Amino acid sequence: MALSKEQIAQRIARELREGYYVNLGIGIPTLVANYIPAGMNVVLQSENGLLGMGPFPFEGEEDPDLINAGKQTITTVPGSVFFDSAMSFGMIRAGKVDLTVLGAMEVSDQGDIANWKIPGKMVKGMGGAMDLVASARNIIVAMMHTNPKGESKLLPACTLPLTGVGCVKKIVSDLAVLEVTEHGFRLLERAPGVTTAEIITKTAGKLIVEGDVPEIEF
Amino acid sequence: MNKVVNSADAAIRDIEHGATLMLGGFGLCGIPENCIAALVKKGVGGLTCISNNAGVDDFGIGLMLKQKQVKKMISSYVGENAEFERQLLSGELDVELIPQGTLATRCLAAGYGMPAVFTPAGVGTEVAAGKEVRRFNGKDYLLEMAFTADFALVKAWKGDTEGNLVFKETARNFNPLMAMAGRITIAEVEELVPAGSLDPDHIHTPGIYVHRIFQGTAYEKRIEQRTTRKKI
Repeated sequence: MALSKEQIAQRIARELREGYYVNLGIGIPTLVANYIPAGMNVVLQSENGLLGMGPFPFEGEEDPDLINAGKQTITTVPGSVFFDSAMSFGMIRAGKVDLTVLGAMEVSDQGDIANWKIPGKMVKGMGGAMDLVASARNIIVAMMHTNPKGESKLLPACTLPLTGVGCVKKIVSDLAVLEVTEHGFRLLERAPGVTTAEIITKTAGKLIVEGDVPEIEF
Repeated sequence: MNKVVNSADAAIRDIEHGATLMLGGFGLCGIPENCIAALVKKGVGGLTCISNNAGVDDFGIGLMLKQKQVKKMISSYVGENAEFERQLLSGELDVELIPQGTLATRCLAAGYGMPAVFTPAGVGTEVAAGKEVRRFNGKDYLLEMAFTADFALVKAWKGDTEGNLVFKETARNFNPLMAMAGRITIAEVEELVPAGSLDPDHIHTPGIYVHRIFQGTAYEKRIEQRTTRKKI
């Protein structure tokens, strides 16, 4: 069975470590916040100018001056701090953020990522994605392994305009966990019940499979 | 030197056709609502607007787009506006999309008196087209120029009669950066207080960067994505 969006987020949450500063993108990455292990101290960065993002506010307690990068109303946790957008991207550029999780339309076996533009369709802009992928020390991509037509989104080279080059370190898709190496994607784990053969068929980029690949356990 | 003006109309009195403006805010959070309303009323056109976003159909910069006052937008993300999309696809509106950190840093450079900065954002992408690439310590960076803008329109929580500004929560975003970068900076504040009322240690933007200040009225502070959780 392919992983649900919640399960992708749950698996990514296992990459978190005590004391990490983490930037979570919009969509599946946002869900990772729901699976931070109990007792682990992880600080969420929102690139519009906040460290220490908390959950959504209770109804009636929304504050229009307090939003995340997805423009959603949020809260803060004790120890939070606000800053301007230059400092926000300054800490990202300087490598102070330990982990960035974001979505992708395509990833190449060299770690290139495309997630901001489909030529011929309305282009909304890259927001902070290009800054994040150009500087983050560790980038994990949360994505579907294939498009709705069943075509692989893990490619030898991206076909869409790039967001960044050679920057993705790890991918958690609905089918597998993969690492980007010098020699291509390396299969680390399979979704429960998904065969290695299926993952090979659905991965267009170079895929390295070594020995028995374990299933992700939930 | 009196920086205090009594209305948004007075603050924007000399913004003329073809001016380049910076407008603070992230989405609809921390936008200069009163200045935008005054520009809509004045009807001045041919504007180039540097702003992270372009508002929504019926609020923020969207109100200026509706009246076709904007010739060009320089933004990082413009997704929430159907009229914007229509003008872009019909060729009425020119749009330059740039990475958000690059946008912020080009403001910062202007306010710090630096002509340009190097940033890795966009290396190897179409954003790099025509830009100088320089390698430092084995990594490539793009040369990005400081912005120049005729006017910066910013919104703060509190300000004093010297033009010192304090921002609130994530409504800070681009506001202090643009405040530093405008040739003439206009600040609208929710509360204007006498000089000496703000703790000098707690001021975010020193008044030297601010040329005009006024207390805004009737702030709507619209919420774009109202997200809540239930009380258990």
